[in-house]
Amino acid sequence: MTGTDEPDCDLTAHLGAARLPNPVLTASGCAAAGRELQQFFDVAELGAVVTKSVLLEPRAGRPTPRMAETPSGMLNSIGLQGPGIDAFCEHDLPWLAERGARTMVSIAGATVGEYAGLAARLRGHPGVVGIEVNISCPNVEDRGQVFACDPQAAARVVAAVRQETSPLVPVLAKLSPDVTDIVAIARSCVDAGADGLSLVNTLLGVVVDTGTLRPALAGLTGGLSGPAIRPVAVRCVWQVHAAMPEVPILGMGGIMTGLDALQFVLAGAAAVSVGTAVFADPRAPGRVLAELRRALLERGFARLADAVGYAHRPANAEPLAAPAVPEQRVPAHRLG
Amino acid sequence: MPPVQVRGEVLSRRRAGAYHLLELVAPGVADTARPGQFVALRVGGPVSGLLLRRAFAIYRATPVGAYAGTVQIVVAARGAGTEWLAAVRQGEQLDVVGPLGAPFRLPTTAVGCVLVGGGYGSAPLFGLAEALRARDCRVDMVLGAATADRVFGALEAKRAASSVVVTTEDGSTGVQGRVSDVLPDVIEQSGALVVYACGPMPMLRAVSEVAASYATPCQVAVEEAMACGIGVCMTCVLPVTGDDGVTRMTRSCVDGPVFLADRVRWDELGRVPADALGAPALAAGGER
Repeated sequence: MTGTDEPDCDLTAHLGAARLPNPVLTASGCAAAGRELQQFFDVAELGAVVTKSVLLEPRAGRPTPRMAETPSGMLNSIGLQGPGIDAFCEHDLPWLAERGARTMVSIAGATVGEYAGLAARLRGHPGVVGIEVNISCPNVEDRGQVFACDPQAAARVVAAVRQETSPLVPVLAKLSPDVTDIVAIARSCVDAGADGLSLVNTLLGVVVDTGTLRPALAGLTGGLSGPAIRPVAVRCVWQVHAAMPEVPILGMGGIMTGLDALQFVLAGAAAVSVGTAVFADPRAPGRVLAELRRALLERGFARLADAVGYAHRPANAEPLAAPAVPEQRVPAHRLG
Repeated sequence: MPPVQVRGEVLSRRRAGAYHLLELVAPGVADTARPGQFVALRVGGPVSGLLLRRAFAIYRATPVGAYAGTVQIVVAARGAGTEWLAAVRQGEQLDVVGPLGAPFRLPTTAVGCVLVGGGYGSAPLFGLAEALRARDCRVDMVLGAATADRVFGALEAKRAASSVVVTTEDGSTGVQGRVSDVLPDVIEQSGALVVYACGPMPMLRAVSEVAASYATPCQVAVEEAMACGIGVCMTCVLPVTGDDGVTRMTRSCVDGPVFLADRVRWDELGRVPADALGAPALAAGGER
């Protein structure tokens, strides 16, 4: 990576017990299990591949239409279509491991027991550097109440997964921004044993088709992603980092560029996931990594770790690393 | 061959009836493109809020020539993204990913083939016709649309095929009616043993039923809304039965867009068939 006379930046990212060579990951549901993106770049170069949420059994998902484009974003309503954990462990995990890719496995279930079963099934698989627990799923044991919207239910899932997972493999709870107090949910998950938090999942939305006079999606609601949600995601990262600065955060929500990723880092994310951007640019994760590295160096950060949460320092604080803010044509906060 | 992502320059844009014909210099795309494959383009320019790629069947792929490989696509302006493309200027740079998807499969012997296109769905059929004729297959074409200006390539079809029948729903040109109305006659008169079709889903279903009534193998290139075009987003699925007899929600971008017509669960389009792999159990409560 190092050029001839270019200073290097230590991009090592820490997510609990996981030490990643760099902080850019894919986002669950936006990279399948890495194979399709391998045609465009080597997925082993990323911090990790976060795989599409896997369930115990195969799932056909929702009917179509499953997608609607929205301003600077999209709604998706896939319904967790996937092959189930057996096929995933047989085909996808070995493929990723053979390529030297680090894998963060996203798991989803309808009961606490299903999450625990998935975690147990993943134990001992090489290349698994973390479990991301997708708790934005309806809990069939509680009238379909979404786990992520109930601190107790979220904690029960996290505790069950933590118990079934090696201490060397961090468990991250992926939280929904569609809650009244994300810090309360975050704290509940951390108290239950979460080693880190993924912030944030999609926001629930509806698009009405004014031609058909019906909802645009067959499943009515969909998850809103893309740059449209970025400020919401950065806000969630900010609030949770402010409340629990010691808890590592994997930040995501509309990251298209290295500077977008830097916002999350400065707000408190230890690493980031690049999701919907892949639909626009299949090489986005690698590009974001290169841009983030350059942006850190331009600001005088020799280590990624020094930039994590940097925006939280008091306005009158002495600069830590004497970062030199590069000249910009238009300051980022002004309209360009 | 894997797809490539390249900056493609707009070489030309011209109107073709109700459509716009775009020629792009896209090195590496045309070299390996086969009939039925498509390209996925970013739209709206560098500061656009439109994130999702638009997929277009490749009309013509020219690997060598005055330029380093060009592809042509047919654009129907019917939304913010395609309207932007329809107004794009010569020399403009577009982000192109391709070639994508599974192409039409070609017969191994010289058999007669009927190629059926609906609207701009006829675009990929001209490259296919050329490939078939190179194998000494007789080619007959049926092109249809709602109105005359929405029939794409009727003149070119006369050069590409032994016979051409054009249908329009309003009768503004050719036979009044739909492609499926005239298809039985064309199959009988040409003695074709294979049918290929590309166009809107209801048309493909009707063509598939005609082909089935003659026990004629039929391949269809489907049009499903896609977000990525490369197989990661899972939005472009339709129920398709595999070699093992199991129906799966199948991605049209990587497993298609060309499918064997008798494998598509036409009566279940827009639904998840109850017997599909991983379909919700009937006894369970509704998924949210």
